This record gives sequence, structure tokens and C-alpha cells, in this order.
Amino acid sequence: MRVLVIEDDPQLSGYLAKAFGEMGASVDLADNGRDGLFLAAGNAYDVMVIDRMLPELEGLAIIRTLRASGNPTPVLILSALGEVDHRVEGLRAGGDDYLVKPFAFSELHARIEALMRRSAPGDAPVTSLSVADLELDLLKRQVHRGGQPIALQPREFKLLEYLMRHAGQVVTRTMLLENVWDYHFDPQTNVIDVHISRLRAKIDKDFDQPLLQTVRGAGYMLRAD
Amino acid sequence: MAITAEQLRQGTKRKLGPSLSRLRLSSRFILTSSTFRLALLYMLLVGVSVAILLGFIYWSTAGYMARQTDATIGAEIQGLAEQYRRRGLAGLSTVIAERIARDPQGASIYLLTAPSGNPIIGNLDSWPQVAPDAGGWVRFRARQSLGEDVTIEHETRAKVFRLRGDLRLLVGRDVRELTAIRQLILDAMTWGLAITVGLALLGGWLMGAGIVRRLDVVNQVSREIMQGNLSRRVPSAGTGDDFDQLADNLNRMLERIEALMLSIRQVSDNIAHDLRTSLTRLRNRLELLHGADLSDEARAEVEVAIADADELLSAFNALLRIARIEAGSRRAAFADLDPLPLLQDVAELYEPLAAESLQTIQVEGVAENSPCRLHADRDLLFQAIANLVDNAIKHSPSGGQIRLRAVCSETSVELSVTDDGPGIPPELRDKVLQRFFRIDESRAAPGHGLGLSLVQAVAQLHGAALSLEDAAPGLRVRLRLPKQAKTQTTPSAAGRPSSPV
Repeated sequence: MRVLVIEDDPQLSGYLAKAFGEMGASVDLADNGRDGLFLAAGNAYDVMVIDRMLPELEGLAIIRTLRASGNPTPVLILSALGEVDHRVEGLRAGGDDYLVKPFAFSELHARIEALMRRSAPGDAPVTSLSVADLELDLLKRQVHRGGQPIALQPREFKLLEYLMRHAGQVVTRTMLLENVWDYHFDPQTNVIDVHISRLRAKIDKDFDQPLLQTVRGAGYMLRAD
Repeated sequence: MAITAEQLRQGTKRKLGPSLSRLRLSSRFILTSSTFRLALLYMLLVGVSVAILLGFIYWSTAGYMARQTDATIGAEIQGLAEQYRRRGLAGLSTVIAERIARDPQGASIYLLTAPSGNPIIGNLDSWPQVAPDAGGWVRFRARQSLGEDVTIEHETRAKVFRLRGDLRLLVGRDVRELTAIRQLILDAMTWGLAITVGLALLGGWLMGAGIVRRLDVVNQVSREIMQGNLSRRVPSAGTGDDFDQLADNLNRMLERIEALMLSIRQVSDNIAHDLRTSLTRLRNRLELLHGADLSDEARAEVEVAIADADELLSAFNALLRIARIEAGSRRAAFADLDPLPLLQDVAELYEPLAAESLQTIQVEGVAENSPCRLHADRDLLFQAIANLVDNAIKHSPSGGQIRLRAVCSETSVELSVTDDGPGIPPELRDKVLQRFFRIDESRAAPGHGLGLSLVQAVAQLHGAALSLEDAAPGLRVRLRLPKQAKTQTTPSAAGRPSSPV
């Protein structure tokens, strides 16, 4: 995996380089907009992480230029500006996701994995998902585990669907709020945790192998091991 | 489609209503405007000065003529008295007879009487009934027989003089003409005064109306600016008068304010950028540390430190968020939406949390004969209602009930969140809206005391009224949002039944 990071804060970019390196990705760094655009246009990356406020050339300008020249590489925008209109601006400029500083690296990691999966081409439309002995039928809107039917509320179904689509990946609480509930907001209490524990009670309770796991300090993950 | 007379009447009424009330309003504004009051005062001053001036003119014209008449009469009496002294009664009679003969019109009036009261000579039929004043002056209607069958009567001013030998002499003048002229002057002056006052009043009204109209423009612009449209400017008439100067000064002030607001926003953006970047660094270092080879004890400490950092960050984020919403610049994300599904989404999101303490959440929507549409920022409204529900869950007893309600009327949408907890004492209701304020007994509960401040900021951005009420028992928080004019959407079921989630 090749990652381009355009970020003017040396400590943050150093940290990102180290963290991506530990994941086994190769990372290119640029500390200003002009160098960043030069690198982005001349190399093939799997994903790019671009800060909004950059010296020389603004982050959104880089994205607009890349999109205008037909470059489809997924872009995650980093910014200290977290308001909705800033987010809308960023996505309108051609960004694929928007992450507000400060963020946990696990959040960035989870989003980048989701981005790369979204951009994987040539998939036939999925009609069913399965993780271990858990099966979810998107057409009949039914869930079975080990052959036993599990009754879920519509929102629980949507929640499980999202987790299964990102099986093996960490999914953060913010990602769930944005994608399952479709609202950008800061819950004062961790309301998501309660929904997860309800879902867990339904899909894991009567089975030996727990599938829905909590990843400390990051979020949740559905996996088979 | 048939239109009934009633509809027509209502239509006209609706059309006439506002313009009539505007007229009433503007005339009230004119009457209460200080400029118009000044104009009235000015009119009074002009009126009084003109009256004094006209009085003086009257005195020096009509008065002069009267004084002239008196002087002539006085002189004539002196002359006749002299004749009497030198030539006796016969001489006096001769002179009087000559003078009467010279004046067939009877403009000069003479009467000489003997001590017995009998007339000796004269062209007056009888001695006047009116008693003379201290100076001997008398004013009466004279009756003269100027020949056969010719008798005239006219206004006369005369003086009575007593001669030696107890004779009485009366000399007078016909003052008809004088009276007529005086009346003419008086009439002209009255009209002049009335016209002056009328013109001053009209001028004052026009001046007041013009000024009020221009002030109205300034007021209108000020209102728009207070609603958050800082880019509005006061138009200038281009004449360079005082009002244009006022408009220029206001506009310059507005530009200054706008520049200041912009720089504040830039500063807060920069603070946000810088501080959040440092905080990112701190948190990420802790995260790296968490991944390193640590003892269980140290790992637990790092987890606590991360949680602390997150707590700090969330308070910091909320504070910045409130500040930015309060700056009133975030109307870009406004769109038309139905508030009921939004309430249902909040209820659905919080229902498991409420269920943990055996609380229930109910959603109820009441729409009065119109589809319920609201022009609002969806995410912020969701945030506000979520904060209220979050508070309600935290402060209601186990087994309590939380009710979300949307009531749509023609002009507004009212969203309310009601719990049956302890409520908030009236004296604290304003304080709980302040940042970081928390009622003492709730210190134990998690949170940073910014939830309601954020709700208030969201309410302000939407031009909504936020009120905290006693739900007896419990607290009712009510958000009254003004409705936009454009409600042209599909009709929806009126008065939806309540649906427990």
C-alpha cells in the first residue's frame, strides 16, 4: 500500500509516517502544498491524506487540481476546521472523507481502510454478507447465525450490515454515527455503546465464539477469530 | 374551481390588513418622531411671531386712523370754543351752521344744546343716550334728518364739551368707513395667520414624513444586521446631507465590525488549528505508548490519560462549536425539513440508553392542517434535541418518561422535551444556559456543563425562542422556531397519533 501524506506539522507527519510504516505501508511525505501536488500528480498512490491549511498551496486547491486532471485516488482531508460547512466544502472539492483534528490514529486508520475498500473496482452487487457462521441476507433482510434466525430492528440490521461490510476492520463510533444514523454530531454520552451491546446480546449471546469485539480506545470490530 | 364570497372577502381582508396597519403604524411613527414634534414647535413659534407682527401692523394702521379722527375732532372743538369765547353764542351758531351747510352728506356731526337740554343748532336729531367717558368721548349710532324724508343712521365717534353758560357742544365724525377698513385689515390678518399656521403644519408633516421614511430604512437595515446578515449596508440618497453622513458613518462602523468579526473568526480558527494540533500530538503519543510493551498497571494509566485527553478535547470542541454557532455565520447548511422524523431519530438513538434506567421515550407530532416544514440546520437541530434528551435521561429517575413533541402551527414549529425528573428551580433557569454552569447536585453526573449553552446557541441561530418551564413534575424545554413561508409540499396526515418508540 502506498500512502501520500501532505501535512505541514512535522511532528504529526512524522507520527503518521511511523504509524503507517508499522502497518506495512510505504509513505511519502510532503510538508507544503506545491511539493504535495507534484508528488500526487507524478506517482500512483492507493490513498492520500491531505491537510487543509498548508503553506504554498491550500489543501482543497490540490484536490481540485487532481480531480480536474482525472486522478481518482481516494483522498482523506485532515483539518482543524470541523464545522459542517467546512466538511461540505471539503467533500465538494473532491475529497472522499473528512477527519477533524484531533483524531486518534485508529480513527484515521479505520477510515482509510474503509476508503480503500469503497474504491475497490469491479465488484458485483452484493446480496448477502457472511462472517464465520453469521449470515445476513440483504434481499430478504434476514439474519441467521448457525442456521438460527435472529430478529433485528431495522436500525440494528443497518448497524450489523455496516459492521459486516467492514468485517476485520476497526469501525469507530463516529463512523457509525455518520453512516448508520446519518448525523454529524457529538453525543455527550456514548449512546453507540448501548446499541452495540444490544446487538451483541442478539448475535453473540447464545454462541461460543464472540464475533463483535470492542477495540479499546478506538471502536468495534466484527471478526471471525 | 369556485371561489366563495367568503374566500374573496377573506382574501381582500388579508390583502388590506397589512397595508392599513402599516399606514397606522407610519402615522404613529410620524406623531412620535422627535423631528415632527420639533416641526410642531416651530409652527407654534412662527404662528406667535406672525401674530405679534400683525398686531403691531394693525395698531399702527387702523389705530393711526382712529387717532387722526380723534385729533381732528379735538382740534375742531378747540376752534369752536375759541369762536364762542370771542364772538359769543351767536358767532358760534353761525360757524356751526356754515359748517353743516358745507357738509350735506352729514359726515361731520354737530349739536349745541341750551342749559335746558333743548337743541340750539345741529344736524343731529337728538342728544345720544350713551353716557360719555371721562375724556368726554362717546360712540353711538347717530340719527340725522338731512332734509325732507331723508334720515340716515350711522356709527359715530364724538366728543362732548361743556361751554361757559352751561352750554353743551357735541362734535363727531362718521366712522363707517374707518370701521369698514379696520374690519378689512382684521380679516386679511386673520386669513394671513391661518394660512401661515397651515403652511407651517403641512411643511412640518412633510418634513417629518420624509425623515421618518429615511430613518425607517436605517431601522430596517439594522434589524437585518441584527439577524446575522452583517453584509447589509444603509443606502445613501447621494445628496451628501446629514442623513447621508449618518449612513456613511454607520456603514463605516459596520465595515469595522465585520472586519473585527472576521479577525475574531480567524483568530479562533487559528487557535483551533494550533491547539487542536498540539492536542492531537499529545493524544497520539499516548496512543503510541499504549501500543508499546507496558505492564498492565502502566497500560491502565495510559488508558485513563487518553480518556482524560478525550474529555478535555470534547469540552474544547463544544466550546469552539458554540462560539462559531453564536457568530451566526452558519446558515449555509439550512434546508427544509420535517421535524418529526428528526425527533423520532433522536428517540431511536437514545432509547437503549433510556431503557438501561427503565425510562421510556415518547414522540408525538401535532400538525395543524399543513405539512410541517421547517427551515433549519439538520445536524445542529439534531444535536440540540439530542443534548436535551441526554440531559433528561441523566436527570430523570429510574422508570421515568421522556416526551418529545413537535407542534406545527401556521407560523411556527414548537419542539419540546419534557421529563418527570426534579426539574430546575426558577431562579436557576437562566443560569443553566451559561457555559460550564452545573447545578451542584448534578456534579456527580458526567458532562461539562456546555450542553444547554449549545442548545441556546442553536436556538439563537434559528431565531428560535428557548424556554425552560415547570412541567409539574419535571422540566419542559421548549424551542419555538419561526416557520418559513415556503411550505408548498405534499400534504401530510394531520395530527399524527403518538407513537411510543
